[in-house]
Amino acid sequence: MTFDKLRKEAIAEWEALEHSQKPRILIGTATCGLASGADAVLEAIKLELSRRSIEAIITQVGCIGLCYAEPMVDIIKPNRPRICYGNVTPEIITRLVEDYLVKGDPCADLALGTIGDGHIDGIPSFFDLPVLKPQVRIVLRHCGFIDPENINHYIANGGYSGFVKALTMKPEDIIAEITKSGLRGRGGAGFPTGTKWTFCRRSPGDQKYIICNADEGDPGAFMNRALLEGDPHSVLEGMLIGGYAIGASEGYIYCRAEYPLALKRLRIAMKQMEERGLLGDNILDSGFNFHLKIKEGAGAFVCGEETALMASIEGKRGMPRTRPPFPAVAGLWGKPTNINNVESWADAAAIMQRGAGWFASFGTETSKGTKTFSLVGKVERTGLIEVPLGITLSDIVYNIGGGILKGKAFKAVQTGGPSGGCLGADFLQTPVDYETLTKAGSIMGSGGMIVLDEETCVVDLARYFLTFVQAESCGKCVLCREGTMQMLEILTDITEGKGKPGDIDLLLELAESVKLGSLCALGGTAPNPVLTTIKYFRQECEAHINDKRCPAKVCKSLVSFYIIPDKCQGCRICLRSCPTNAIAGDKRMIHVIDQSKCIKCGSCLDVCPARFGAVAKVSGEQLATPKEPVPVDSWGKA
Amino acid sequence: MEQSGKHLTEVLAPYKDERGAIIPLLQKVQETFGYLSEEAISQIAKFFKVSESEVFGVATFYAQFRFTRPAEHCVKVCLGTACHVRGGQQILEAVRRDLGLESGSTTTDYKFGVERVACFGSCALAPVMVVDDRVYGRLTPTKIKETLDKYR
Repeated sequence: MTFDKLRKEAIAEWEALEHSQKPRILIGTATCGLASGADAVLEAIKLELSRRSIEAIITQVGCIGLCYAEPMVDIIKPNRPRICYGNVTPEIITRLVEDYLVKGDPCADLALGTIGDGHIDGIPSFFDLPVLKPQVRIVLRHCGFIDPENINHYIANGGYSGFVKALTMKPEDIIAEITKSGLRGRGGAGFPTGTKWTFCRRSPGDQKYIICNADEGDPGAFMNRALLEGDPHSVLEGMLIGGYAIGASEGYIYCRAEYPLALKRLRIAMKQMEERGLLGDNILDSGFNFHLKIKEGAGAFVCGEETALMASIEGKRGMPRTRPPFPAVAGLWGKPTNINNVESWADAAAIMQRGAGWFASFGTETSKGTKTFSLVGKVERTGLIEVPLGITLSDIVYNIGGGILKGKAFKAVQTGGPSGGCLGADFLQTPVDYETLTKAGSIMGSGGMIVLDEETCVVDLARYFLTFVQAESCGKCVLCREGTMQMLEILTDITEGKGKPGDIDLLLELAESVKLGSLCALGGTAPNPVLTTIKYFRQECEAHINDKRCPAKVCKSLVSFYIIPDKCQGCRICLRSCPTNAIAGDKRMIHVIDQSKCIKCGSCLDVCPARFGAVAKVSGEQLATPKEPVPVDSWGKA
Repeated sequence: MEQSGKHLTEVLAPYKDERGAIIPLLQKVQETFGYLSEEAISQIAKFFKVSESEVFGVATFYAQFRFTRPAEHCVKVCLGTACHVRGGQQILEAVRRDLGLESGSTTTDYKFGVERVACFGSCALAPVMVVDDRVYGRLTPTKIKETLDKYR
């Protein structure tokens, strides 16, 4: 079967869908959608349609990125633009079917926006929404639009045309195109992809491998998961192009076992490729053979490091080894190997489809193209975003993210996960690219972007990351294994109010040693969260050490809960919610917390009615309260 | 070792000539029998003609592998960065409190097991926990009891 024939078939199927006279319903059922209850919504759609005998085409799509508005359902009626609805519940489905599908009222009050030609009164254009306006969709262009389990949807939208174009070119010319695009490694280190491919291409050897690194181990990052779940073929097409350009006949996808849906969709996608002659021997009669295998990562953060990843594929403990020899010379099973991140492969496919010049028209002088980020933490609009490199942090946090949750004050953005750092308000106007982030002491990393507000303690966060790297250190290098342990102990002391003068200097000294004495980037970057915290938030560290105070009121040992005597109405709500019976008091009696019993879970603060606001969380101070419960209104009147 | 009507030898057979098959095989054995027993480790070692300590060394390196009998329901509380920042630790404590776990990670009746996990990739819905295969997002400590009650 020629590719033209495949394409014609795919386009015919896609157009039949586009011009269908039946209404179409699209529902986002990636992991994030399902976690918000998309499966119940899907059931409700099916039930409601059958109840009213309406025929409609339901398509399950990937994540469009607005995770805060999940579950998302889009409805397309013939000759009308597509309407996106957010935060959909089974009850809302009943209304949408009744009002829009049956009666034709688009329920503008429930709609987020419209996609496509045409305008509907009261509904803005989806891509003009503040959350999407600054974004540029290259990698995520199909997510939320196509059925990831149907290869025809991908082919009909230009899919595999980049690979077909590559087959007509010399491998060197393909690599030149990738080099010209300025693409740099999206796993976070930012090494020029074209250069990497050249090394492996030129490396002597008859058997070469390429690997897709989908071991997204950075806690707080899920861009790779969303892409694999929403558009697996774009990654696979990139791998075909890379395999052909480098001269590799075998490839591996190393994907976390924690991503079952991504794995399932990859397997379906590979099967569909095989059926159409896009994978296996003699692909599209070109003489190019390429075989792919999936390896499920068994849960080790260090396996994101390329040499550890290869050891893991070989069935060993995932421990990094010294480089050189670089994988391009001697990698998997000792053969030349090229490893790229999920997003780099998808970018490669987009570059071959649309051209290097087009890709390089986005971004900055040294950082071309776009980058996906998972925007999470204390921000209003959490989700998956794709922005041109060079955009400012402020644009990301305020324009796309809609600012800080509940109107609290911004404190910092954490980028690069356990290898990165916290950047405070001074950096809000900083353009996001590889160089600026590195200069600030953080890194681009894979794309986790965690927004912190005034109620996040940066010292606690640094301790959190150290807990993570200390547990994930493979143990090969003494300084990484023992140094992170010592740093963690010091930081734990600081957060527990046992910090001593001199701790900060000791941390700095240890950090330098761990950096120098570690073989791989896990240890080499492990101190970054601590270093940036000390550099930009030194006062907060000192408050913990010298005043035994946690300004953000997070560190448990340093906070206490009190019931404010003038405000307590003696309603017993907090008393009933206290898991350790630490609260005493009767109806109409001012309640008192027994500090020796309090485990500081904060449930009293959560449940105290807002109109009373009688629970206070304090750090470094004590409130005057009665020793025993006394009648309401009697406090202070003795 | 026999469980779910399958013999370990049947599980091993297809991996005979595969390179680097030890991890996929360990995953398969755990998927079939729920955990890696001493007996399974020793048979796998024989199968690959390596020492038991080598198999055990590989298995203990990776977080996925467990060496004790799993509980009926597995509660995985996410402590990734986004969940940590949005109160994942409180969720974990609430789960442990609700299940009455003083120490250890499995209830005495083997009904519930609790694990902490570094990230599920549902960060936009933090804090998150997964019970068996179902993800629960946007949790608060007060929602824990009703969520776990579904499995009691």
